[in-house]
Amino acid sequence: MANTIVRVGMASCGLASGADSVYEELSKVLVGDENTILKKVGCIGLCSYEPLVEVEIEGKRTIYGYMTPELAKELVGSSLQPTSVLKEKIIYSDEETRAPENNRMAKQVRIVLRNCGIIDPEKIDEAISRGAYEAFSKAVKEMSPDEVIDEVYRSGLRGRGGAGFPTGLKWKFTRQAKGEPKYVICNADEGDPGAFMDRSVLEGDPHAVIEGMAICAYAVGASHGYIYCRAEYPLAIKRLNIALDQARERGFLGDNVFGSGFNFDIEIKEGAGAFVCGEETALIASIEGKRGMPRPRPPFPAESGVWGKPTNINNVETYANVPWIIRHGASEFSRFGTEKSKGTKVFALAGKVAKGGLIEIPMGMPIREVIYDIGGGIADGKEIKAVQMGGPSGGCIPSWLLDTPVDYESITATGAIMGSGGMIVLDETSCVVDVAKFFLNFTQRESCGKCPFCRIGTKRMLEILERISNGEGKMEDLDLLYELALQVKEGSLCGLGQTAPNPVLTTLKYFREEYETHVKDKKCPAKVCPSLIRYTINTDLCIGCTRCARICPVGAISGKVKEPHEIDDAKCVRCGQCKQTCPVSAIFVD
Amino acid sequence: MLSTKQDDEQALQNIIETFRGKKGITISLLSKIQESYGYLPQEVLSKVAKELDIPEASLYGVATFYAMFRFKPLGKYTIKLCRGTACHVQGSLLIAQEVMRHLGISEGETTDDGLFTLELVACLGCCSLAPVMMVGEDVYGRLTPDRAVKVLDGYRTNKRGEGNNG
Repeated sequence: MANTIVRVGMASCGLASGADSVYEELSKVLVGDENTILKKVGCIGLCSYEPLVEVEIEGKRTIYGYMTPELAKELVGSSLQPTSVLKEKIIYSDEETRAPENNRMAKQVRIVLRNCGIIDPEKIDEAISRGAYEAFSKAVKEMSPDEVIDEVYRSGLRGRGGAGFPTGLKWKFTRQAKGEPKYVICNADEGDPGAFMDRSVLEGDPHAVIEGMAICAYAVGASHGYIYCRAEYPLAIKRLNIALDQARERGFLGDNVFGSGFNFDIEIKEGAGAFVCGEETALIASIEGKRGMPRPRPPFPAESGVWGKPTNINNVETYANVPWIIRHGASEFSRFGTEKSKGTKVFALAGKVAKGGLIEIPMGMPIREVIYDIGGGIADGKEIKAVQMGGPSGGCIPSWLLDTPVDYESITATGAIMGSGGMIVLDETSCVVDVAKFFLNFTQRESCGKCPFCRIGTKRMLEILERISNGEGKMEDLDLLYELALQVKEGSLCGLGQTAPNPVLTTLKYFREEYETHVKDKKCPAKVCPSLIRYTINTDLCIGCTRCARICPVGAISGKVKEPHEIDDAKCVRCGQCKQTCPVSAIFVD
Repeated sequence: MLSTKQDDEQALQNIIETFRGKKGITISLLSKIQESYGYLPQEVLSKVAKELDIPEASLYGVATFYAMFRFKPLGKYTIKLCRGTACHVQGSLLIAQEVMRHLGISEGETTDDGLFTLELVACLGCCSLAPVMMVGEDVYGRLTPDRAVKVLDGYRTNKRGEGNNG
C-alpha cells in the first residue's frame, strides 16, 4: 500500500511555468516505485511559486516551489526528503513551522477548493474517494426536492457570480414555475479580466460543479443542463468533457440515476468571445445561437429562460458549494461568514501584491488581512494605494478603507462590488485615471450596443478620460464625467451598462485630487500616463555603457561610449525599457 | 484545412447537411465553418445561407458580434497578448506597443510573411504570471517588452520556447 503521494500542480499557470517537464522528470525517476503515487493535480493556489510539487508522506504535506526537472531529480534521489538545496524551496510544511506560506494556508477555509490541488481531476475515483457524489446520492435517495431547496436556503448561500442573490430562493422560483422541460445552466463565462477562480475550479475539480448542477436539477425538476464555458479556457473544457464522460459511465448522469427515475444530463456550450454573455439573459440568447444581447427582466429566467422554459442559472463557484452544503448541512456552512454573507469566497489575488494566487477565505475577513497576511503585502516594499474588486463592474477601494470586511453589503457600501472574485492590488505606481480608462475601454468595446447610454455614453466617458490622461482635460470635464456616469447607470438594461461606470465613480470619489492634478498641473503623480511624463538621463550619473541606446526600440537615445547619453524627447515613446536596463539608475521620469 | 476551391464542395455539403433543419445552430455552424477553413470565407457564408435558408445578414450579425469569428485567415502562429487587469497594471500595454512596433502590424493583423497574427485578449487567466502572452499553444509569463520581442524572434529562427518563463 502506497503511503507516499507526490502531486504536481498542472493547471494553466503551472503548465505555463513548466510543470510538465517537472512531471516528466518525476515520472522517469519514480518508475517502478510502488510506495509512491505520482499525480497531476489542479491549482494548488500558490501561483506565484509555480511550478509546485507537493510531497505527502503518511499524511504530512510539504510543498516545494519554483521546481525544475533537476530539483525534481534531486528530490527523488534523497528519498523525497529535503536536501539543503531543497530546504530553501519549501514554501509550506505540516511539520516545519517556519515555512513561509504556513500562515497563508492556515488563514484559509477550503470549501469550494476542497479538492483543488489534491485530486487528479481526470480521474473520477479520486474525486469519489474524497466524497464526490455522496451529497447527490443523499439528495436523491433521502431528501425530497423541497428539502434540498430548504437546506440550500437555510445555508445562506448567495450567488457567487457577483450579485449575491440567495441561491435557495432562485431554485424555489424555478421549481414553482410552470413549463416543461426545465433547464439548469452553469455560467462559466468568466469574462472579468483579472479573474481566474472559475477556471481553477473547473480545471482542478470539475466533479464539484457537475454534482452541484445535478443536485440543483433534482431540486428544481430539470432534466437537461448546459455549462456555458468561454472558449478561451480549452483545458477547462477538456477536463469537463472527461469528467462528464466518467460521470455518465458511473451512472451519475443519464437516465434513471440511482434507480430513482430521475433523468439528467449535461451539455457543454462554448462561448464565442463576448463579455456581455456573462449576463444571464444574454447567455441564454447565446445558447440559442443568437447574438448575445440581454433582454428586459421580468420575466426572469426562472419563469422563461432557454427556449422560453423555466431555467435556473448559477455560476461555477455557487454550484461547487452545493455538494458540501448537502453533505455537511446548512448549519455547518453558515458557521462561516457574517450575518448576511455566509460561507467562503474564492478570490484571484493579483496585481502589485507580493504573492498572488488563488485563495478561499471565510466571508467577513478584512481586506487588509487578505492582502497582508495571505498575499504577503505589496511587492518591492511599495505603498498600497487601492484594491480593485469586481473587475470592470466593480470599483477601487482606497487604502484607508482596508479594514472593510469582505461581505456583500460592506463591499457594496464602498462603491465597489463583491463581483466574481477578482482582487487586483494597486500600489503607488498605479495611476487611477489609467485604471479607470482601462476598464472603461473594456466595457465600451464589450457593450452589445442595445442601450444608447451604454453604447454611446461609455464612449463619451472614455473620450473624456483620454483627454484627461493626455493633459487636455478641463475642470468641467470632471463634472461632465460624473453626470454621464450616473446616466449610463440609470439608462442601461443589464448589469454591464449599469455597473460600467463604477470604476470611474469610485476613483472620482476617493482620488479626485489625482484627477485634478492631471487636469490642472498636467502631471501624472504615478508617472504612468505617457503624455504627462518625460524620461531624462542624469549626465552626472550616466557612465556611458550604451545599454539604454541599444535597448531603445525607436533609436531615441544617442551618445558615445563612456560619455553621458541623451534622450530625444520627440522620438521617445515612453516604453521605459531604458530605465529598467540602466545599471546605475541614471534615468529618471518626471 | 478546407479551401474555397471546387474540390472541397462535397466537404462543405456535408457540413450543411449536419445542420439542416435544426434550431439555434448559428454559432455552432459558424464555428464549424471556421474550424474547417481557418476563417469565414464570404463565398462559403453565402452558399450556406442560401442552402439552409438563413438570411445572410443574420449569419454576419452573429459572426461580427463574437470576438472569436474572423473573416481573414490567420498567420502560422497566433499571438494572444493578454490585456487583462493584472497584466495591465504590470505594463502589458508597453509590451503590446513594442510587439506591434517590432512586427509592424496592429491588433488583429497578420505579418506579411504570414507567420504571426496579433490578438489582444481580455484575460488568459494566468494573472500570477503577469504580464503574459501566448504564442500558439505556448504561454510566456513575466514578460518585458524586450523579452517579448526575443521570444517572437525565437519563432522566426525556429527556436521555439526561447526565453521561456524568465
